[in-house]
Amino acid sequence: MKEKGEENGMSVIVKVASCVLAVPVIAFGVYVILHGHLTPGGGFPGGAVIATIVAMILIAGGGERAKSLNKELLSFLESAGLVIFALLGLLGIGTTFFYNFLANSGSFFGMKIPFGINPGYMWTGGVIPPMNMAVGLEVFAALSLIAVVMFTHEEDEND
Amino acid sequence: MQTIRVFTLVVMFAFLLLMALSLRPFGRPDNTDMDDYFIEHGQAETGSNNIVSSVVFDYRGMDTLIEGSVLFTAATGVLLVLYRRKENERKR
Amino acid sequence: MISLPFIAVMIIVALGVSAAVLKRNLIKIVMGISISASGVNLFLVSLGYREGGVAPIFTSAPTMNMVLPTPQALTLTSIVIDLAVTAMMLSFAILIYRHYGSLDPRKRRLLG
Repeated sequence: MKEKGEENGMSVIVKVASCVLAVPVIAFGVYVILHGHLTPGGGFPGGAVIATIVAMILIAGGGERAKSLNKELLSFLESAGLVIFALLGLLGIGTTFFYNFLANSGSFFGMKIPFGINPGYMWTGGVIPPMNMAVGLEVFAALSLIAVVMFTHEEDEND
Repeated sequence: MQTIRVFTLVVMFAFLLLMALSLRPFGRPDNTDMDDYFIEHGQAETGSNNIVSSVVFDYRGMDTLIEGSVLFTAATGVLLVLYRRKENERKR
Repeated sequence: MISLPFIAVMIIVALGVSAAVLKRNLIKIVMGISISASGVNLFLVSLGYREGGVAPIFTSAPTMNMVLPTPQALTLTSIVIDLAVTAMMLSFAILIYRHYGSLDPRKRRLLG
């Protein structure tokens, strides 16, 4: 039986074009997330950029393709992002909550930079780049989960 | 009933116009001591070039944690309202 | 000269509120609330401007005269919260349409 609102998707040209366009968009989203401590952007806009790819899959694929997207995996990714963010805040609990224990320290992300205008060095920032990645993962999973659930909801017979 | 709606809208527009004309002049903020401290010492204390990122994730990290949980609650709420799991012949 | 960004904020908030009060479709009412929220975000960002200032980022900045960074951080949080509220309201609108069959908030819908 055919449920309400289930089409077969769009034509072949749209499907091929969306597959071709997905690669630069995902690359740009990952670039915005990774360089959050040097250029404008960060975790929140980068996660939203990657979530537009899931919306493109929903529109170009139709109802059948949308039902095969895994909702449990998206829910697990969203919870994992929030838990990693909270753990990164708890790691510096020796001084205070959310203490930047990696800045100016010489290990992973702790390079000292002089004051003033500089061209931007990647391995600076302390605990901020891992926080950017965790927030980007969480925002991407939450937005795509909302879009997928709103697209593939079904009616119950005795509602 | 329609006249009450239009009258309320006109009162609200008058209040908004009064607000827009009585603010401080655009481009001259007052009491910028905290932001001057952030611009001057943010690069040395956190090590990032982006002052907005250091404010969001280091100086005010608690607000970002609560905002992450608000987004998580919204996704859980949409799942609660709209998701049905059929008991027969659907995959788990 | 009257400051122009505040006039723009006033127009956007007034349009959003008038859409939320005068329309007869639930989706249009929800969109009116979302437009008002965008106007409030614009107001928050335009409060922190300094004359002749650039963005507060040290990577290849033209000058050292920077705008205030704190209202921009508050606007990031506000955008995410408005998105969450809009998503919840739209899912309630889907539920109302599924149960009652129409999206008009002025029809009499009694319990039964």
